[in-house]
Amino acid sequence: MSEGRAQHNFMSLQFAAKSENESFARVAVAAFISQMDPNMDELNDLKTVVSEAVTNSIIHGYDSDPEGVVKIEASIDGDMITLRIEDSGHGIEDLEMAKQPLYTSKPELERSGMGFTIMENFMDEFEVVSEPGSGTSIKMKKRIESKKALYN
Amino acid sequence: MNLHVDMEHHRHVLIVRLSGELDHHTADHVRMQLDEAIQRRQTEHLVLSLKDLDFMDSSGLGVILGRYKFIKQKGGKMAVCDVKPQVYRLLDMSGLFKIMPIYENEGTALSGLEVVS
Repeated sequence: MSEGRAQHNFMSLQFAAKSENESFARVAVAAFISQMDPNMDELNDLKTVVSEAVTNSIIHGYDSDPEGVVKIEASIDGDMITLRIEDSGHGIEDLEMAKQPLYTSKPELERSGMGFTIMENFMDEFEVVSEPGSGTSIKMKKRIESKKALYN
Repeated sequence: MNLHVDMEHHRHVLIVRLSGELDHHTADHVRMQLDEAIQRRQTEHLVLSLKDLDFMDSSGLGVILGRYKFIKQKGGKMAVCDVKPQVYRLLDMSGLFKIMPIYENEGTALSGLEVVS
């Protein structure tokens, strides 16, 4: 093992904006991150934020149109994981409003309005860039307290 | 589908055991099954037993809050029990425990609901 040296790795994937792909996205990101040796809580946090961002792209970005494409990029730099989840959908008109806990633009779909709040809480850094009419990009970072650290 | 719904009626209480993953994809299925059961049977109260629920996100919160409103409208009560730590964290963050009690297991949930009903 090359200890002390910052490891760099990345992956990217894209898939149809279909709800079946939500679990695929979670599992794919979790599998990529497993090389960082995350604990169960960290792994669950990352799966949850991927699920939130991908679901937002499908429901809000593309209005559940399966022709839409969701992109995920993940990169590892040492103990830091960076995730970028993007769509080329409708974008968000009022970002501040969208970030309010319990706010949802689609109450008829029984959305809880907690997606952004969960992403902000579960990650160390969280940033949304959205352009109405051209799409939304979410960038998130989290430091993984590798289990390996315990053995040193 | 990576989610299974198991239901059992115990007098006027519907016990729903969810196993697998509750996300946007599986939410509609859960919503329909529960609403159908609540309407068909004379369900007063609802206990959600989440011992084998491995994953849940905000879509799951939406389903739980929606059923809470439905049951409350009918004058009933709802509780959750046997929640895994990761699911607990999400329920706690959403403020769910301000509106419904959480119990250790189905037995304590049933007696809890019967005491307050």
